[in-house]
Amino acid sequence: MWAMIVKEFRQLRRDRRTLAMMIFMPVLMLVIFGYAASFDVSSIPVRVVGPQAERIAAVLPPPFDVEAADPEGTRAEAELALRDGEAPVAFVTDAEGVTVLLDGSELFVANATKATLSSLAERIPGDVPASVQVLFNPDLETSAIMVPGLAAMILLFVGTVITSLGVVRERQAGTLEQLAVMPFRPRDVFLGKIAPYFVVASIDMAIVVVAGALLFDVPFRGSVLVLALGALLFLFVTLGLGVLISSVSQNQGQAIQLALMALLPQVMLSGLIFPLSSMAAGVRWIGYLLPLTYFVQISRGVMLRGAPIDALWTSFLYLAIIGAIVFGLATLRFRRQLAPARRHGRLAEPVEVAA
Amino acid sequence: MTFGVRGVTVRFGDHVALDDVTLEAPPGRVTGVVGGDGSGKTTLLRVLAGALSPDAGEVRRPDPGRIGYLASGSGTYPDLTVDENLVFVATAYGVHASEVARRSGGYLERIGLAGARDRLAGHLSGGMRQRLGVICAMVHRPELLVLDEPTTGIDPVSRADLWWLIARAAAGGAAVVLSTSYLDEAERAASLLVLDRGGSLAAGTPEEIAAAVPGTVRRLRERPGGGLAGRAWRRGARWFAWEPPGSPPGEGEVVRPTLHEAVTVAALARELEAVGGGAP
Repeated sequence: MWAMIVKEFRQLRRDRRTLAMMIFMPVLMLVIFGYAASFDVSSIPVRVVGPQAERIAAVLPPPFDVEAADPEGTRAEAELALRDGEAPVAFVTDAEGVTVLLDGSELFVANATKATLSSLAERIPGDVPASVQVLFNPDLETSAIMVPGLAAMILLFVGTVITSLGVVRERQAGTLEQLAVMPFRPRDVFLGKIAPYFVVASIDMAIVVVAGALLFDVPFRGSVLVLALGALLFLFVTLGLGVLISSVSQNQGQAIQLALMALLPQVMLSGLIFPLSSMAAGVRWIGYLLPLTYFVQISRGVMLRGAPIDALWTSFLYLAIIGAIVFGLATLRFRRQLAPARRHGRLAEPVEVAA
Repeated sequence: MTFGVRGVTVRFGDHVALDDVTLEAPPGRVTGVVGGDGSGKTTLLRVLAGALSPDAGEVRRPDPGRIGYLASGSGTYPDLTVDENLVFVATAYGVHASEVARRSGGYLERIGLAGARDRLAGHLSGGMRQRLGVICAMVHRPELLVLDEPTTGIDPVSRADLWWLIARAAAGGAAVVLSTSYLDEAERAASLLVLDRGGSLAAGTPEEIAAAVPGTVRRLRERPGGGLAGRAWRRGARWFAWEPPGSPPGEGEVVRPTLHEAVTVAALARELEAVGGGAP
């Protein structure tokens, strides 16, 4: 048995990437779970509109955090702000009292608002009666917010984890070098490699959205086209990520490990499960660097709130920027792998003659 | 048009994998690259096929679309069938899928793969997979066919089939360059380049290489002792020893060197030169 233990230790020591991951992963998990995994909402951004806006804004107790108070504002404007994701809660004031509008797609914020209001016995300081109306997800169903998120996760899984195996498999089978010699341009190989995954992921996405609507009554209020555009953009990011991981991995084990390392922070920090607003500021900014964050915003915005594209343009923009960076890096790495291997420090310029 | 490399040098860090190597590959002929493990065969073939850029030297090869290359290993996709592998490679080189069956049918028939067109390449034996790899490399009728150790690790029958394929490609006008560590089959090549530790040890036809052995080769009854032990080798049941030019004649029958003896002597001479700093 001793011989076996020694052999395993030796092999483990050689596989530095696995070893590093075994040590790094628990630390990463600890940080993410410790700082990000929280359903507690400590601050609720609100908009206050209507004639009593300023008076009500002045007396709202924490955790309510008044972002804007507009005496000229109307209920219609408040609903628009919720739909466009500008604020999750709006207080619409009139002579009789306050109507609190909640964005049901922000499940935890909506629940926290309801809980705070019931602890105040549905009366705002100054003895103003408050009635609650939940928009977009009136029954505050978890499935309604999870299905758009799951659609995003499936794209991420197929795009990153499955695709990451593609190039590595070629290298392990010894066929990558032959591809390099064949009359393919690098982009032919690159696009040829990701096309099947693109098709499968698109079908997956459609199945999840339709099944969500049929089985869980998840609404689809927005434009299919806007969601499709977002999905297309997001899919390109995840496929690029998959190819990038594949091109830096020596074998399929390493590729899977790296892909999971790319997946886990996105699932935890994107707002898919834990609301971004409850995360410590120290880890929340990581969430804003991850593509899933923006696609979750797009899919929930389109499906649940019916948000139009001009309300989601920042999410589209960030996704496009991340996509350009990831896709650019993946293409560069891929080209280098397919181009004839060149080394630095050559003695004389070699001559290649096409005969 | 003769393809090949001239004065090619390849370095990996401090390691010189190829040092000023020249190889000529005329069309319609089989050119062999022989040498032991780590002699630079694979590096040379990668340079010739275009998978690796040399640090110095000249490479003469046709356009990528007119090169066929089998990297070491079978180079086929284990999760594609025999037919699918052939169609993939052929269409990549611009051969129409409908043409593939016509071109490969005879080859598959001859090497016993005709009934296995729908089998996954991963389910074929190593020898079968290797033969499929060679057919894939030649299905588009390349002008330059580069095969890296196509016969390594397979049985004599499979090797005979592979040589039949290789001969067909050369008969069709292709310049075939293949590497091997088997000297007996290397004698089938029209010309050879013998590599040792990245350097060129000998070049020419197998006969020229055998005839160029300096000094004398003797067949011995048993393993020699003394100073001769360092210049003796065993092949089968027999012992041979090399006497460099000018050394006193020893015992044993003088034999005409074969390619095997010639390559061994060339490696010995190089080794002695390196150790002694001059002629032995």
